[in-house]
Amino acid sequence: MAVNPDEPYRKQSGLLEVEDLTAGYGAAPVLHDVRFTVRPGQIVAVLGANGAGKTTLLRALSGLVEADHGRIVFDGEDLRDVKVEQMVRRGIAHVPEGRGVVTELTVDENLRLGGLWRRDRADAARALDEVYDLFPALAQRRASAGHQLSGGERQMLALGRALIGRPRLLLLDEPSLGLAPRITAQILALLRELRDRTGLAVLLVEQNVRSALSVADEGIVLSLGRVVTRNSAADLRDDADLRHAYLGF
Amino acid sequence: MDRFFYLTFDGLSRGAVYAAFALALVLIWRAARIVNFAQGAMAVAAVYVAYSVTGATGSYWLGFAAALVFGLLLGIAVEKAVMRFVDHSSPLNGVVVALGLVLITQGVLGMVYGNEYRPVTTPFRRDAFDVGGIALLSRYDVFVFAAVGAVVVALTLLFTRTAAGLRMRAAAFAPDVSRLLGVPVGGMLTLGWALAAAVGSLAGMLVVPTELGLHPTAMDVVFVSAFTAAVVGGLDSPIGAVTGGLIVGLLLSYVSGYLGATVAPMAVLLLLVVVLLGRPGGLFSSSKARLA
Amino acid sequence: MTDVREKRATEAVQSKAFKRKKTPHPIWYAVAGAVLVAALTHYLPPFRNYQLATVGAYFTVTAGLTVLTGLNGQLSLGHGALMATGAYTFALAQNRWLALPLSFAAALLVTTLAGVVIGLAAARLRGPYLAGLTLAVAVVVPSVTSTFDDTFNSDMGLSIALDPPPGAVAMEQWQAWLCWTGALITALLLAVLVRGRFGRDLRAVRDDETAARLAGVHVARTQVLAFVVSAACAGLSGALFAVLAQSVSPGAFPLTLSLFLVMAIVIGGLGRLAGALCGAVLLVALPALAQTAGERSGSQRLEGNLALVIFGVVLVVVMLAAPGGLASLRLSTIFRRKR
Repeated sequence: MAVNPDEPYRKQSGLLEVEDLTAGYGAAPVLHDVRFTVRPGQIVAVLGANGAGKTTLLRALSGLVEADHGRIVFDGEDLRDVKVEQMVRRGIAHVPEGRGVVTELTVDENLRLGGLWRRDRADAARALDEVYDLFPALAQRRASAGHQLSGGERQMLALGRALIGRPRLLLLDEPSLGLAPRITAQILALLRELRDRTGLAVLLVEQNVRSALSVADEGIVLSLGRVVTRNSAADLRDDADLRHAYLGF
Repeated sequence: MDRFFYLTFDGLSRGAVYAAFALALVLIWRAARIVNFAQGAMAVAAVYVAYSVTGATGSYWLGFAAALVFGLLLGIAVEKAVMRFVDHSSPLNGVVVALGLVLITQGVLGMVYGNEYRPVTTPFRRDAFDVGGIALLSRYDVFVFAAVGAVVVALTLLFTRTAAGLRMRAAAFAPDVSRLLGVPVGGMLTLGWALAAAVGSLAGMLVVPTELGLHPTAMDVVFVSAFTAAVVGGLDSPIGAVTGGLIVGLLLSYVSGYLGATVAPMAVLLLLVVVLLGRPGGLFSSSKARLA
Repeated sequence: MTDVREKRATEAVQSKAFKRKKTPHPIWYAVAGAVLVAALTHYLPPFRNYQLATVGAYFTVTAGLTVLTGLNGQLSLGHGALMATGAYTFALAQNRWLALPLSFAAALLVTTLAGVVIGLAAARLRGPYLAGLTLAVAVVVPSVTSTFDDTFNSDMGLSIALDPPPGAVAMEQWQAWLCWTGALITALLLAVLVRGRFGRDLRAVRDDETAARLAGVHVARTQVLAFVVSAACAGLSGALFAVLAQSVSPGAFPLTLSLFLVMAIVIGGLGRLAGALCGAVLLVALPALAQTAGERSGSQRLEGNLALVIFGVVLVVVMLAAPGGLASLRLSTIFRRKR
């Protein structure tokens, strides 16, 4: 899965190919000419300081933020013509900033919500059982309301809900936020396991650079809305200058 | 004591109607954070449709069905054509637009039907029958209880047991997350308006025969009572709306029975003021400020 | 305070109306208005004078309401009821003492007190809750006349004993003078009031209560004061309407009246006295036009109801197209674009 740094990125055939994406809120774009590729089964970490545009990038990919220009090609289709409601049907799951657990609904309702769009009711039910197997803690709290859950349980719920759609690409925004390091490690390890088992591709936004690079195959570094570096995770870890300049460790 | 029993049942019957109407307000409030001040006018329009259909066919029930269907369609039309485009940066905008709809509806009804009170028919007799020597409630009251009860049960089942209900709740609580999960949030909003308008039409059908008759402004006072009921229950809570409706109905009945009918509106106003200032989140909630 | 005021772009537009340097002092507008009205009443036929007087009476209440809703962000649907309060107080006082100034004073006093009561409640409520409460006031207050029918004579209302106008002045002319004296004094006082610190406080509270509080504005007091001021205007307006009709009855103050008032200030452009004047003119002109159209078509049903529909449609269209009201589409900006 390691990247060959000699090979030009844009020629790799990707599951998701972002080309010259410029997007933002209102008149002032947050992202400028962002370009990168995610291949099937690849975990790509999006790194950068606060305000670099990481969350905006995910929101632009799933259509919550309108792209001003550029292309977002997923599996050969330009996503800019696809409505937000349709993304999940294309195989894209977005776990948003703050996890997006609907706190007024129960655990079970939140999970079922993740599968309501599916035609294949039987498989949706199977997926629900699999999520409960994957996260036994959730199985014990089926009837609890979302607001009663701990941060870790909420993250499991958000992740589980995304998996019920059996996505091919997971957009994951800051899973470690507010979690104990041990739980963060568990969740990140789970991403690798899922990738290995199902071929899931992950675009992982993380503040916690060390943990992110420990699971990612590749990283892209955003600064002020521009991609300043794309490289394999191993190289990023070893690049001391870069770490000092953009990643702060 | 007989009188007390009679007033109690009368109050519960009125309260059931206010409960249904308050439910309609709560449905829209939960879905769109708008208090639909046009609910009363929309319900009156539906009752006029029933009046015409019943007049043409001679069947109360055809008119009844027509009112519900018309209410449903009117709700869809109002949401899709008007409310969807309201700028929600200030909560006043939705209110003002709804008031504009009130003026339009009342004006159009006045043009088509004229501004005189029209008598409306009831499917059942309104004189109370005796239970153990006490005149308690009429067949019409029983009909009211059954209709409102059916609505409450149907809405409960819809929201707790069906996929559409789950989608509607999720769309109301967390629109962006719901869209990411494939829920057509705009469609859920339209559905909410449609349901609310149909429930409001039902309430109109039930209440108009018990008041002065059919008139473009027939629901103004009812709206105030139902708004009070919704506020008493906390605008967010369907159970609260039903309870609030019954409380308002009983209050109105006792006050008109013991103090005189003209005092009743003031009693409602007083209740509204007391609840708004004393228990801002409604009697059943813990929230502190009435900030919309 | 400046931070709060700079918070919104619309603020810049709206504060222009009350800027100190560019515009002449409001007193000159009042003087010009008085001269204009005096001249008009001299030439206009009685019916037009009566309409002119009605515009003045409406302007008195819309001016106060535009300060409350436009500048302070409180939406009241109860000002029709406050007008009724003023009108009935005026009628009772006038029939007892037959002293016009005293009756006006009584009307002002009583509605101001009513304004304090409602305003105290209103300051704790926001958005739809305030609208709902004031709507309830508008619907319920007319029923008071039936509860205490010894005093208010139920639906029949009261007729008012007015002294004949002084000298050779015609009744309609006299009414127009009275109404416009009230309207211009009201507008002048309001204009002076909102140019100063009070105006800044009003807008600061409307835009961001927390920020206003941090900037040292007493939020609740400002809101109550705004309500009281606008209630007093409504009371005076009600008294003027009583003078116009020489009678009062609950039917003259239906819920529709309160809705019309909201419509007038929204269409005129929230927060401008000039908009309130436009709204007042519309309130008189539109029903008159609708009535003419109704008479031409020979349909009685059309007469009253056409105005309702037009008002409603205009209200909805304006809210969807330009929530700032027609005045937010200022002529000057249109001209500037053309240049």
